[in-house]
Amino acid sequence: MSRTGQRRTPGLLGLYAAGAYAFLHLPLAVLAVFSVNASRFTNWQGFSLEWYRATLRDTHLAEATMNSLIIATAATLAATAIGTLAAYGLWKRDAPVLSTSLYLSLVTPEIVMGISLLAFFQWIFRFLSLQLGMHTVILAHVAFSVAYVVIVVLARLRTFDASLEEAALDLGATDWQAFRHVTLPLILPGVIAAGLLAFTISFDDYVITSMVAGVDSETLPMVMYAMARRGPNPVLNAISTLIVVALGTVIVISERLREK
Amino acid sequence: MKRLRRLFLAPAWAVTGVLFLTPLAIIWVYSLLSRGAYGGVIWQATAENYQRLFDPLYGMILLRTFVMASAATFFCLLLGFPLALFISRAGRRKHLYLQLVILPFWTSFLVRTYAWIFLLRDTGLINTALLSLGVIREPLPLLYNDGAVLLGLVYGYLPFVVLPLYATLERLDPALLEAAADLGARPVTAITHVIVPLCAPGFLAAGLLVFIPCLGAFLTPDLLGGGKTVLAGNLIQNQFTTARDWPFGSAVSLLLMAIVMIILLVLLRRGERLV
Repeated sequence: MSRTGQRRTPGLLGLYAAGAYAFLHLPLAVLAVFSVNASRFTNWQGFSLEWYRATLRDTHLAEATMNSLIIATAATLAATAIGTLAAYGLWKRDAPVLSTSLYLSLVTPEIVMGISLLAFFQWIFRFLSLQLGMHTVILAHVAFSVAYVVIVVLARLRTFDASLEEAALDLGATDWQAFRHVTLPLILPGVIAAGLLAFTISFDDYVITSMVAGVDSETLPMVMYAMARRGPNPVLNAISTLIVVALGTVIVISERLREK
Repeated sequence: MKRLRRLFLAPAWAVTGVLFLTPLAIIWVYSLLSRGAYGGVIWQATAENYQRLFDPLYGMILLRTFVMASAATFFCLLLGFPLALFISRAGRRKHLYLQLVILPFWTSFLVRTYAWIFLLRDTGLINTALLSLGVIREPLPLLYNDGAVLLGLVYGYLPFVVLPLYATLERLDPALLEAAADLGARPVTAITHVIVPLCAPGFLAAGLLVFIPCLGAFLTPDLLGGGKTVLAGNLIQNQFTTARDWPFGSAVSLLLMAIVMIILLVLLRRGERLV
């Protein structure tokens, strides 16, 4: 395609867009800059990795990060498996009640989902001698991430050539074999993309997690929230920068896979 | 094939049924019961929790939530439309520009909210810079007010409007714009008289997609409002934690859910894909 055929972007609109991108990205860039500031206050006093060292030394943070990783990994594996199967099930045959419920779970305010899960778990615990903890957090995370997986995988299936699967069936494959050996390998990039997306959502969640967490299941966002409430803190700038870089990388990979 | 598909839907049914629909049913029941002394409920039916929604104290919070969500939606559309227009005209760099909108959106809402605390506080970057430049003598009260919450919401949900608006713009027939130009319309006139009216359905969908999360916002008013800007989300959280009034918290939650469900029905009726 030749460039001359394209509409030239008017200067004013381009200028506006530059401002809008600055608005979206500068706040995060500023956090990153001040995470390597030697001073603990907001005046620049030279480059230092002091706050990153402090972050890595902090055992409380390490423990919370570990909890977050365990929760996000477990929830992601479960949600990806459940969501992929559901997307396949919804692909050609619509199940209106299930898909509407999944949509509804996407738009339900997080705080409502959090308190309803809290009420639910407390009600269950009247019959079982259990307490809030890692397991309740993992269940809650599976509950809110399944819908995201379904949507990403379903989008992938819609671009998938169904005749490949039909050919396998015609050649004598069972339904399961056709799914396992033809469809699943071909939609795998979409499945992994969905899993990575679910991981970032789970890793970052504060609102729902804080409602259903127990004493042994403090996550990284919960620690960060407590720090943020106390006001700016260079260690929090360092953690934030690490998270943005790490989750940003995961998202870029996920987006690449979705386009494959 | 049918049996396998039904089997594949079973786990999702289980998760949605047990961990989403049942909890909602429980708070629906709780909203009709009386409060327990230490949280929880007493099995005594009452309509009081719903009547309290009309109490001026809580009515004000709900009204404030509605106004705040509407304002955030308005500013998101206002700021997001030109950006979507820019991306739709960016030729082969479209994709990169779109990614640059999506990326900050998926990377940690908590970090993105904290960034504004860092910028807006009395000892934050903006005040420190203005003080050292001698523009102001006293730090400006930028954080912990309604303006900061509005800014946080607009910042948080701007990507939500850019994507659907961009999708709508992509579907527009370029011939319509050429016709407008041929008939002598200046670019701005073409935008206001041709593009905007044709994008009306996209505006509705994009606006509702921002309005919904803003109605239930908790983190933004909590961190940037500093407890002064109480919205419905904070009210619910408070009823389930410090106030220990689960039935009333459930009633407020159900009111939000009712609004969200009506909006969702409107969107699904119109055949809108949500993500």
